[in-house]
Amino acid sequence: MIRTRSLAAAFAALLALAPSARADPLALRVGWLEARAARPPVLSNLDPAPEDLGLAGARLGLADNAASGRFLGQRFALSEVVIPPGEDPLAPARALLSETGLLVVSAPAATLTAIADLPEAEGALIFNAAAPEADLRGAGCRANVLHVFPSLAMRADALMQFLAARRWTELAMIEGTHEGDAEWAGALAAAARKFGLRIRGREVWDHASADIRRLAGQEAPLFTQNLPAHDVLLVADEQGDFARWMMFNTWEPRLFAGSEGLVPSAWTPQAEQWGASQLQSRFRALAGRDMRPEDYAAWAALRAVGEAATRAVSAEPGRLRAYMLGPEFELAGFKGRPLSFRAWNGQLRQPIPLAHPRGLVAMAPLEGFLHQRNEMDTLGQDAPESACRAFEGGNG
Amino acid sequence: MIRAITLALLAGIAPAAADEIWVTNEKDDTISVIDTETLEVTRTIPTGERPRGIVFSHDFSRVYICASDSDAVQVMDPASGEILHNLPSGEDPEQFALHPDDRRLYIANEDDAIATVVDVETRRVIAQIDVGIEPEGMAVSPDGRIAITTSETTNMAHWIDTGTHVLFANTLVDSRPRHAEFARRGTELWVSSEIGGTVTVFAVADQAELAKIRFDIKGVHDDRIQPVGFEFTPDGRTVFVALGPSNHVAVVDAETYEVVDYILVGRRVWHMAFSPDHRRLFTTNGVSGDVTVIDVESREAIKSIKVGRFPWGAAARPTPKEG
Repeated sequence: MIRTRSLAAAFAALLALAPSARADPLALRVGWLEARAARPPVLSNLDPAPEDLGLAGARLGLADNAASGRFLGQRFALSEVVIPPGEDPLAPARALLSETGLLVVSAPAATLTAIADLPEAEGALIFNAAAPEADLRGAGCRANVLHVFPSLAMRADALMQFLAARRWTELAMIEGTHEGDAEWAGALAAAARKFGLRIRGREVWDHASADIRRLAGQEAPLFTQNLPAHDVLLVADEQGDFARWMMFNTWEPRLFAGSEGLVPSAWTPQAEQWGASQLQSRFRALAGRDMRPEDYAAWAALRAVGEAATRAVSAEPGRLRAYMLGPEFELAGFKGRPLSFRAWNGQLRQPIPLAHPRGLVAMAPLEGFLHQRNEMDTLGQDAPESACRAFEGGNG
Repeated sequence: MIRAITLALLAGIAPAAADEIWVTNEKDDTISVIDTETLEVTRTIPTGERPRGIVFSHDFSRVYICASDSDAVQVMDPASGEILHNLPSGEDPEQFALHPDDRRLYIANEDDAIATVVDVETRRVIAQIDVGIEPEGMAVSPDGRIAITTSETTNMAHWIDTGTHVLFANTLVDSRPRHAEFARRGTELWVSSEIGGTVTVFAVADQAELAKIRFDIKGVHDDRIQPVGFEFTPDGRTVFVALGPSNHVAVVDAETYEVVDYILVGRRVWHMAFSPDHRRLFTTNGVSGDVTVIDVESREAIKSIKVGRFPWGAAARPTPKEG
């Protein structure tokens, strides 16, 4: 097996493989395809999305791969394509696919699926680095798409494990009306059921006309006064539009969780254990800002390619995919456990940090949530409940 | 008061001051000095920021400390606890190894993907060598010809010719290699992989893999078994391996490569050091902030000693000879 050989032996193996392999195993090009969606207007101007969201993570992953690859003579390159909102993403996707069969895509779910279904994408390996929807990992899954971004269900399960562990079983929820809020609220509700927690009351915040920045002191106590008794108030406000001003202005003094307060995500600037501080400082040096979940996912996609290419000594998408879905693959992701892909739907299994803006609170899976295969599979869609059929017949 | 006097009397009667274990406390910027007989902390010495690797000069007149966040290797007089001077170390030194010549210090610069070689006498950098990302483990062969650094993100052991300071081999190991040691009089190289959960043994002559050691602790998920530091008994027959958040130390037969025992210690065990008489082993337990004392012969944990926050490195200092 290659992993055990010295450099000289690895080179011999590479040379032996070269004539039959379709692609040069020493040269890997990965395409970054970003189809930007228009962001809805929100009240606060406090946190604009960085221009290089996600892409900066891909660039760091590329640099990490290149630094490792040079010891084995492997070269890595990244082609970056960013499509402005409203423009057709498929033509640029076709062009990029003619250049490389390895794509990291940051796009809405429908765009991602359209790209995966292009004739040019047959045999390609596409990483979903931004879309959290359940359907992409369920009935709507595609064999050529692996998901490095965690699903809504994984994040929601992580939060509910924590609340269950603290025995904070009585919940209430406020959800916004922006894109993504209803899906997140649905995932939270499903996860609450899964872990035996009760959402006593749900309210929709649609006070679009009220400037809650100025009126929170009057509006929020009234709005929350009629919620049933609860330990924790869940908020589904993925754009950060209102919940930040409701905190501390509720009728009862209650902790927030979900989109505000305690937030489960793929990555948090508060992570420093398990070597995370090294990844954080490498990222800050490269991007000049903190690493966000989208950056982490893109980094993980590049590193997964690098790891598989090094171990399997191949640049061929099909072989890389087979290796990534096989039992040998493991990625050191600075979250304390080896990351791997679920063979039934291509989702990267990973711990989910739970953090507030000033500190890490817990890392899911929480202790005590057991699973016959892997504790990380207590987060998100497990094999028996998965509706994904495109991965059947795969190994493992 | 009475206790202090009794101790003083005992010290007077005892042959000399005792052997010591020095432990770096990563999040306290201190060293805890443990008396290997009384198993008490006798001194707490301030250091630079984030002390991790620690090693004594061959005559124990100096102690070298990686002060990672101060970007320096500090040189301390172990008798007085005073910092004598800093060595130029490159950025973020994490671990190091002292060459058998007692002069060359091989330092892993974690944030810089570099290994730095420093002459401790001239206090000059002799060489800087490009290695993989996040170099951590460092070892020098007993004959002084080979230095090894392991890179955590590149997942390799890099083999450095100490004569030319050029890499002559790079061997892949499992994810996140943390620590390297030469064994069997320099004919074997052992490397631990934290996320991979394995220890790989290489033949030094041709860098071929001889064995891969896996661990299995009842009731502990594989993912929590994360090998980091390890130490060989002086006869070379037994190796103790710290298994991180599994909170166990494995006892491995170094000849058959088989695990023969597991010892429960404190939380997230990192590194370890034997007492100078090799009767006891002291493990640093990062999360619980203590040191577990293991009786080597019976392989039992006999005491845990509270030290500073996040104890990391450990090194033994024999009883100083009275001048």
